[in-house]
Amino acid sequence: MKIMHCPLNGPRNIQEFVWMGDVKKVPDQANCSDAEWTDYLFIEDNTAGEVDEWWLHSPSNYLFVARRNRLTDEILWTKKPSDYFTDDAP
Amino acid sequence: MPFALLKYGLNPRRRDAPQLKWPSEIKKHYDVVIIGAGGHGLATAYYLATRHGITNIAVLDKAWMGGGNTARNTTIIRANYLTPEGVAFYKESVELFRGLSQELDINIMYSERGHFTLAHTDAAMRTARWRAEVNKHLGVDSEVVDAKDVARLCPIMNVSEDVRYPVLGALYHPPGALARHDAIAWGYAKGAMARGVEVHPGTEVVNILKEGDRVIGVDTSRGKIFADKVVQAVAGSSSRVSALAGFRLPIKTIPLQACVSEPVKPILDQIVVSGSLHVYISQSARGEMVMGGATDPYGLYSSRSTLDFKEGLMAHMLELFPFMAELRVLRQWAGIADMTPDFSPVMGLTPVRNYYIDSGWGTWGFKATPVCGFRMAECVATGRQPELLAPFALGRFGSFDLVGEKGAASVGH
Ligand SMILES: Cc1cc2nc3c(=O)[nH]c(=O)nc-3n(C[C@H](O)[C@H](O)[C@H](O)COP(=O)(O)OP(=O)(O)OC[C@H]3O[C@@H](n4cnc5c(N)ncnc54)[C@H](O)[C@@H]3O)c2cc1C
Repeated sequence: MKIMHCPLNGPRNIQEFVWMGDVKKVPDQANCSDAEWTDYLFIEDNTAGEVDEWWLHSPSNYLFVARRNRLTDEILWTKKPSDYFTDDAP
Repeated sequence: MPFALLKYGLNPRRRDAPQLKWPSEIKKHYDVVIIGAGGHGLATAYYLATRHGITNIAVLDKAWMGGGNTARNTTIIRANYLTPEGVAFYKESVELFRGLSQELDINIMYSERGHFTLAHTDAAMRTARWRAEVNKHLGVDSEVVDAKDVARLCPIMNVSEDVRYPVLGALYHPPGALARHDAIAWGYAKGAMARGVEVHPGTEVVNILKEGDRVIGVDTSRGKIFADKVVQAVAGSSSRVSALAGFRLPIKTIPLQACVSEPVKPILDQIVVSGSLHVYISQSARGEMVMGGATDPYGLYSSRSTLDFKEGLMAHMLELFPFMAELRVLRQWAGIADMTPDFSPVMGLTPVRNYYIDSGWGTWGFKATPVCGFRMAECVATGRQPELLAPFALGRFGSFDLVGEKGAASVGH
């Protein structure tokens, strides 16, 4: 059983979590071009390496950020969004 | 008999069947370089050589020939898709498959079994009806059958109502078939090499060489190779290679796992798929029960196997086929699938001139190998997007013209 550390619920079976994809900047939908918007919706970096990702703990509906290595499937850390965006804010 | 075989093997004058020979040298220039020696890359080379007279071609692979998803798939071939674009495309592939043993002079063991997509809910029955109507309209043999017909055609299946998800009926597609995956790769390679195409295993593309917006060659683990045209057909590695060429794709790389049981006597003729239960099964010519399910729950560039996958698979499988409880799993494996948001491929021209892509094959690309090769060869030879491939162009994502095969691909192939 693979374990993921939920910032709210502690270590849990990975089957309880839902992968939500890359953390990426959302374009301003009122002012961005169609190309920027479709790029945001459909196009992926699909990085073969370390990526910051959104994950959901499904039973508690809690959304958080994890850094994971997509070559080795190693979870490097998980963070509450509030911590992630203050630590890594651009 | 074993003695005769031994004598034959030790005879110094024995003549071995001709094998595929890799040239030791790579040339500095080719008309076309194809990245990826899977079924798709090899078929493209074959049809370029046989239909367009282009033979100065090198097919490069970072590993060995046909060892990617071509070697890992469960070989289900069918044309009963949901969208008219998809049905027309896969129909052409099935037609090519039927003549392929003759065309390639190799036994691809094409075996028409009949294909069930089981429905366990009213919603799934509605989708089955929708698909059957689209299929019939386009000349593809499909019909909706009820649970009694399923039981009559496939007596070994448990259609009892006393299970968690009783079978209500199915989409039945008589032409659904299996074939020998390795023979497809070897057959196309043999045919292409006989006409002068070179296959170079152990040759990884590490960069794409460009001049302005035009490709001029590739850099590899064995040095630079120049080419007038370059094709990438690298399945799970599509985003990594396209990044070298300077553009991104609507693709996520997600593992797909499969396994086989120990071999038993013939007991299951048909190919059985359940979209709701995320399982599918068929029996191979040598008796193994070949099984798979949906893709892994998250993206990964690794072909490891998990217990989660097998637990999820077996729970449903044992309800459909209780006799399977006595069988042991013999082998398990995975491939990395190039999944698109609309479950349709991405094929044809790219933002880089003379650089062509064949990708987005996810969990459904084996059945497309012949048509892909055939139409990609046309695309490369003419420099234009063939009509059949027009709906699958990379540009569709920018204009919201997605080809949603999702309804037809819940199990994903
Ligand atoms: C478990 C499983 C079951 C499946 N079942 C079915 C099924 O039942 N029916 C169906 O239709 N489809 C199925 N598929 C999907 C199907 O296998 C693939 O879509 C299809 O085989 C893709 O073929 P390909 O030639 O494009 O890719 P591949 O066979 O993967 O070939 C790509 C090649 O590119 C090479 N490569 C990658 N990067 C580089 C580089 N930088 N330089 C040089 N070479 C490189 C790789 O080594 C590889 O050999 C399944 C897939 C899996 C994993």
